[in-house]
Amino acid sequence: MNIEWYIVLSSLLFATGVVGILIRRSPMVILLCLELMLNAGNLALVAFSRMVGNAQGQVFAVIVMVIAACEVVVGLGLIVAIFRRRLPLNVDDLRELRG
Amino acid sequence: MEAVLFFLAAIGALGGAIGVVALRNPFFSVLALIAHLFSLAVLFLLLTSAFVAAAQVVVYAGAVMVLYVFVVAYVGGGGESAWEPIPGQRFLAPLLGVAIFVELSIAVLGSALSALDTHGSEVPTGFGDPAAIGRLLLEKFLLPFEASSILLLLAAVGAIVLAARRREGEGEGSSEHSAKRSEDPTPSPTPGVTA
Amino acid sequence: MSATAWAWLVLLFPLLGSIAIAVGFRALPARAAGALGTLTIGLSFVCAVAALISLLGDPAEARHHASSLWDYASVAGLDIKLGVYVDPLSVYMALVVSGVSALIHLYSYGYMRSDAGYRRFFSYLNFFVFSMLLLVLAGNFVLLIVGWAFVGFTSYALISFWYRRETATKAGMKAFVINVVGDIGMVLAAFLIFRELGSFDYGVVFARAPEAFTTNEWTVTAICLLLLLGVCAKSAQLPLHTWLPDAMEGPTPVSSLIHAATMVTAGVYLIARTHVLFGLAPTAADIAAFIGLATLLVAATVALVVTDLKRAIAYSTMSQIGYMVVGVSIGAYGAGLFHLMTHAFFKALLFMAAGSIIAAMANEQNIDKMSGFGKAMRFTSITMLCGGLALAAFPLTSGFFSKDEILAYAGARGGMYLIFAVLGYVGAFLTAVYTFRLIFRVLPGQPCREAQELIDTGHVAHGEPRNPATGELEDTEVGFPGPEHNIAERSASMRVAMAVLAFGALAGGLIQIPGVDNVIADFLDPVFADSPLAAIHPSTSWSWIGLGIGAVVALAGIATAHWLYVANPEAPRRLEARFRGLHGFLLHKWYFDEAIDLLVVRPALAVGRFANRVFERFVVDGLVTGTEGTVRGAGGVVRSVQNGFVRSYALLLIVGFAGLALYFLIASS
Repeated sequence: MNIEWYIVLSSLLFATGVVGILIRRSPMVILLCLELMLNAGNLALVAFSRMVGNAQGQVFAVIVMVIAACEVVVGLGLIVAIFRRRLPLNVDDLRELRG
Repeated sequence: MEAVLFFLAAIGALGGAIGVVALRNPFFSVLALIAHLFSLAVLFLLLTSAFVAAAQVVVYAGAVMVLYVFVVAYVGGGGESAWEPIPGQRFLAPLLGVAIFVELSIAVLGSALSALDTHGSEVPTGFGDPAAIGRLLLEKFLLPFEASSILLLLAAVGAIVLAARRREGEGEGSSEHSAKRSEDPTPSPTPGVTA
Repeated sequence: MSATAWAWLVLLFPLLGSIAIAVGFRALPARAAGALGTLTIGLSFVCAVAALISLLGDPAEARHHASSLWDYASVAGLDIKLGVYVDPLSVYMALVVSGVSALIHLYSYGYMRSDAGYRRFFSYLNFFVFSMLLLVLAGNFVLLIVGWAFVGFTSYALISFWYRRETATKAGMKAFVINVVGDIGMVLAAFLIFRELGSFDYGVVFARAPEAFTTNEWTVTAICLLLLLGVCAKSAQLPLHTWLPDAMEGPTPVSSLIHAATMVTAGVYLIARTHVLFGLAPTAADIAAFIGLATLLVAATVALVVTDLKRAIAYSTMSQIGYMVVGVSIGAYGAGLFHLMTHAFFKALLFMAAGSIIAAMANEQNIDKMSGFGKAMRFTSITMLCGGLALAAFPLTSGFFSKDEILAYAGARGGMYLIFAVLGYVGAFLTAVYTFRLIFRVLPGQPCREAQELIDTGHVAHGEPRNPATGELEDTEVGFPGPEHNIAERSASMRVAMAVLAFGALAGGLIQIPGVDNVIADFLDPVFADSPLAAIHPSTSWSWIGLGIGAVVALAGIATAHWLYVANPEAPRRLEARFRGLHGFLLHKWYFDEAIDLLVVRPALAVGRFANRVFERFVVDGLVTGTEGTVRGAGGVVRSVQNGFVRSYALLLIVGFAGLALYFLIASS
């Protein structure tokens, strides 16, 4: 029952999230992968909090959850707006800002 | 016992994560994420963080994911084409993922974190209870607490503005839309936007 | 007032006159401008006389004063003042310049009437006199070069005075460019002088030079040769002489003033002024003398065949300046400068007379078409005869005493310099021949059409204004050398000027008769006292022998001319037919123009073409375009990172993060 396992698991989940962001093209799924990364961070925070014996890490984790919620709200609003304008929901097709 | 639970939850979390990344249909990805979140809640419980686990289930899996479900249902979600326009992306992404995992693991397992006590310190009863968390939130972390509530407000307003139905229909390219201010029959936002 | 104060006034009046006429261009009526211009030069002459009197008040050794108005540049070891230097040489030159200039202004007052550019003419002419006076009165090399350059500019402005005439503008450019070559020599010489002696000031330079240089050391020789370059350009000596005949495109008063009396003598003045340096570099002085001798002979031979009246007189000028250059180079300073004065008199007079005749000929300048003016224009022909006699060194005229004094000195110096004496007499013979060739062609004989018209009706002949060289029709808007230019018989101012000069040409020699009086040489003696060459004096008897030989030569020349052009009019044509090659060679001015075109002009044009076609296109444009292309290419490469794909940006981000993490891992282990 090592704390290390939790941390390693957290980094594995984080790496998975990274791969997902780089590979997937639908903005929805990218947001989901973002959630993955945030949760991985949360796991690490809580694990450290348990290790140290201080509940501050958990408070931090709660705040992170709040942030994640806000970000999801705005991101989904963006997706809805894109959908409303009948633009393709594909980050590769939304590339007008380029040099 | 603990170890068994840990591994079960870990497998669940990992499976959910891989499911999010790999599944074609976005709806299935959402479901995978929900499963992942539940597993994480179990892990939190194993770490005697009851409040965080509860918040995870209620807020995250309960509210945020429901939001996702609504939007996926509204937007739909097709598959993505197999062709990759950016050269090297498909090859580099897994590589980078592995690299990051390895680096982080080394950082954790290497000598830099040798101070890790494998079992964790002795914790008092009531560690991770809502009371403890609540006390911290309202005493030591009052400012972040209030700031995050304002942030929530901002996010809600922003989302409404973003997703509000514009006047005179929506076509491609919205720059002229904001300029036009003709009569609008119903400016009401779509239902179910609020968090 | 002190001599230097008078000297400043001498400079001031022409400058004021020039500015006043230029500024009041529209307000002044033409005659007033002419009167003002003449008046200022007259005042300048008066001030020069006053400076002379003031200078004579000093004891002989102390007759040199320098005065400066303000510091022009005083930095980094340079100390250049705006200063004049008044000594016998500069006062003498100032007197000659201002005196002859005043008379020529008087002449132009009448001659240029009804020319549309009358006011511009007088403004330029005044400015020229100012520049020339600045040149001779300058107290340091910088101011000398300033005067030198101004004189060159004014010469250009006056040669191309009728600027719608293409031949005139071309001649002006030619004169200016060749003078610039001389200016380069002058400036380099000034640099060397400053580098070796540390100052530009005459007093300092000439005091330090004997200590700083050994005889014929390469630096002082280089300085003298570079100065010689300036002399050759300004005084039209070989090989930079080709501009002078073409400069006859300008109005006749210009030819008379600039290209006979004053500007072309600047080189002679320069050698006389820097005699200390030339004395330290005898090789350079000898080179200068030989150049003078060569010019003397070449110009005399060409003057024998040229048919344009003004150009013939121009070659004569070139030849006489050769005499002066020989004189001041071999050490006959007093004689050379005396010849400068007498030459100014009779050459200016000859040009004035020529101007009168050309005006009567409705602007025709070819002597083959002129004859019989002796009957038609009495005054002009008498004055022309006076000038011609003086030029040919007819006994007892001024030219007689001055020219032969130089040759006598050459004989007295002996050794190699006897060549100068011998060939100088040959040149004198040729001078007499060509001078009287002109006079016998133009004056005696059956009156030509224009002369007959003058005799019969008293009207000056009219014709369409045409360029005498090319025959093309003139553009008369800016003024033109047309028949409304006056002849001497109709214009009092012209007559007065010519009369004074005629008197000077005939009687001027009386102040320097060997054994009797030595006014000029005595006056100039303090300036040249430090030169060992000045101590050489031909004995009085030798001088008179030389004068005798000169008289014989001159009379022989006049007789030959009489035989060729009056007694046997067929003889020239027969000679021409027999020596066709030689005649052609002489007519082409010894092919100097062609040589310069081949050696200098064409290579310069080729270099320019190369620079334009190859260098500019490939090297310069290549560099510029290449730089531009490189920058654009680099920009393109950098720009390709911004491909618009969010995922590639994310990839780069993660790559960076992974790299950083790796770095910290390694750093902390």
